[in-house]
Amino acid sequence: MQPFISLTGIAAPIQGRNIDTDQILPARFLKADRARGYGQFFFHDARFEADGREKPDFVLNREPFRHATIVVADENFGCGSSREGAVYALHDFGVRAVIAPSFGDIFYNNCLKNGVVPVQLERAVVTGLLDRLRAEDRPEMTVDLENLRIGRPDGAQHAFALDPFWRECLLQGVDEIQLTLGSLDRIEAFERQYRADMNWLGEPPAAAR
Amino acid sequence: MAEAARPRSIFDKIWDRHVVIARENGPSLLYIDRNIIHEGSFHAFNDLRTRGLKPRRPEQMFGVPDHYAPTHGRRPEDAPTEEIARMIRVFDDNMRWGEVPHFSLQDRRQGIVHIIGPEQGITLPGLTIVCSDSHTSTQGALGAIAFGIGQSESALVMATQTLWQVKPKTLRITVTGRRAPGVEAKDVILTIIRTIGAGGASGYAVEYAGPVIQGLSVEERLTVCNMSIEAGARSGMVAPDDTTLSYLHGRPYAPKDAAWDAAVAYWRTLPSDDGAPFDREIEIDGSAVAPTVTWGTSPEDALAISDRVPDPADIPDAQKRGTAERALAYMGLTPGTPLSEIAIDRVFIGSCTNGRIQDLRAAAAVLKGRKSAVPGMVVPGSGLVKEAAEAEGLDRIFKDAGLEWRDAGCSMCSAINGDVVGPQERCASTSNRNFVGRQGPGARTHLMSPAMAAAAAVTGRLTDVRRLVGG
Repeated sequence: MQPFISLTGIAAPIQGRNIDTDQILPARFLKADRARGYGQFFFHDARFEADGREKPDFVLNREPFRHATIVVADENFGCGSSREGAVYALHDFGVRAVIAPSFGDIFYNNCLKNGVVPVQLERAVVTGLLDRLRAEDRPEMTVDLENLRIGRPDGAQHAFALDPFWRECLLQGVDEIQLTLGSLDRIEAFERQYRADMNWLGEPPAAAR
Repeated sequence: MAEAARPRSIFDKIWDRHVVIARENGPSLLYIDRNIIHEGSFHAFNDLRTRGLKPRRPEQMFGVPDHYAPTHGRRPEDAPTEEIARMIRVFDDNMRWGEVPHFSLQDRRQGIVHIIGPEQGITLPGLTIVCSDSHTSTQGALGAIAFGIGQSESALVMATQTLWQVKPKTLRITVTGRRAPGVEAKDVILTIIRTIGAGGASGYAVEYAGPVIQGLSVEERLTVCNMSIEAGARSGMVAPDDTTLSYLHGRPYAPKDAAWDAAVAYWRTLPSDDGAPFDREIEIDGSAVAPTVTWGTSPEDALAISDRVPDPADIPDAQKRGTAERALAYMGLTPGTPLSEIAIDRVFIGSCTNGRIQDLRAAAAVLKGRKSAVPGMVVPGSGLVKEAAEAEGLDRIFKDAGLEWRDAGCSMCSAINGDVVGPQERCASTSNRNFVGRQGPGARTHLMSPAMAAAAAVTGRLTDVRRLVGG
């Protein structure tokens, strides 16, 4: 995972509450191979007509937002399906941070595993940002993970919270599987005791192997 | 108070039992009993292969193809496109490579992950269960901590049988009173979601309690827990009781004989203690729940069938007003229209929310001797549900009504196996999500119970089922 320290870039305002992962990545693209990139599918049906033409009104089709590296959205962003493809799409489009009053819990976790920083801020702050980003010539923002702050070109700043464990993983680009395999002896010790205590579980019967 | 006497919720008891490494703040390393997987798992398998790893305890995994399963044939080549067929073949390859216990598409026990877990007794009280599908919350109905995860998390579970998880806060939703005739489990959960909102339970693990919940069958509890995620909760659960035990006894993968007795003794200790603390408590008046339908593009956009399409102009918050306006534009609805005057083009009965035998019986009871005014399909949640329905003659009722009777799978709920609702078509659906484009680009979904979907089929518009069956 690519480390994330601090990022300054174009921030795109996404309108609407409860933007679900079906909108972020329509399900029919879930078959795609990640190696070919998911950026083309990001908000696909909001960005494109059925014949492939761009919808000119959608924010990500307008300058300078088509170069966004940060997304600002309303509450419950990324609700719905657990599809990690939604985060692949966002990431591969070039977005590395999402600012919202609240997130779908699974989407939030999926961000953490892909080097995307989910920034949770009070709704009043976020709706203020949404209004200003739409109105401005230079809709830029900074997401500073090291200092847990977001900033705007006019100097306005807001602190945000992120669990220290996840922050460290993001800052260093930690690979979670590698990290956890380092605790394998503790997992095995737990497992032995657990299986002895819960002996009714037995060995799960193998099905159609 | 002594540590041992501290009252705990069922969630805390199961969580505590599974903590491998506890951290004061932030995520703990949690042991996972079961990892259930479907075709979407190809990302996680690719991840393992790249690392030169294999599933560490494949016997604690279980696989079944459901999302891409064709519903008119049991071979991958019955899928409408080669791309879809390939998803099932890749899944089979991964099952063999990982030596993962699984049901293939041809197996008569194949079905939707969250239907077959409980049906087979793979889902048991007291366990931690994950699946890379948000509706894993369904399986909490048996008294397990069950939640959806992403592909990276699934790969971590395959490699280590553990997950780093921040402990969620606990929310108890108590449904009081008595369910009125004609009111189904779906109406109860849609009413809960409308009350607390689509993000109302984000960050929480929900326990459903109270007389209305206790009075539900296990199949109905599965419907309620299924849609916990539509209120933002990764998991929802119901404490195991006699209803749970009689449902599980004799299921193929449930413990047997002495192991059963030991399991029951343990499961009896799980329900929340008197005085157990919850971070939040909500009470819902179950007596006031009416047959319910959705009008918008979020499951929180739910109203009693006797209501009217709401007017966004009444919403003071600009963001919320804009969201409602876009929802109505997408749905092609005018404020003030009685919900019962909304004409539908199609009906879908099935999904992990409402694809069990009790659901099919409820739909058949309304459709018996009647014709559907619109095309539609009935998709059983598993091969065994299909067999049971056919043994009871339910398939004849559906076919005589003019509906299609299909093979088991997720079908028109996730709409990626080729079963889709057309652009601007309006579908009365027993599934769980009315999201923009969920059932196909431009598709307009109204969520409701199986009986309500059957009533809508009969009249060709959203309909109070009580008018047809005199409930």
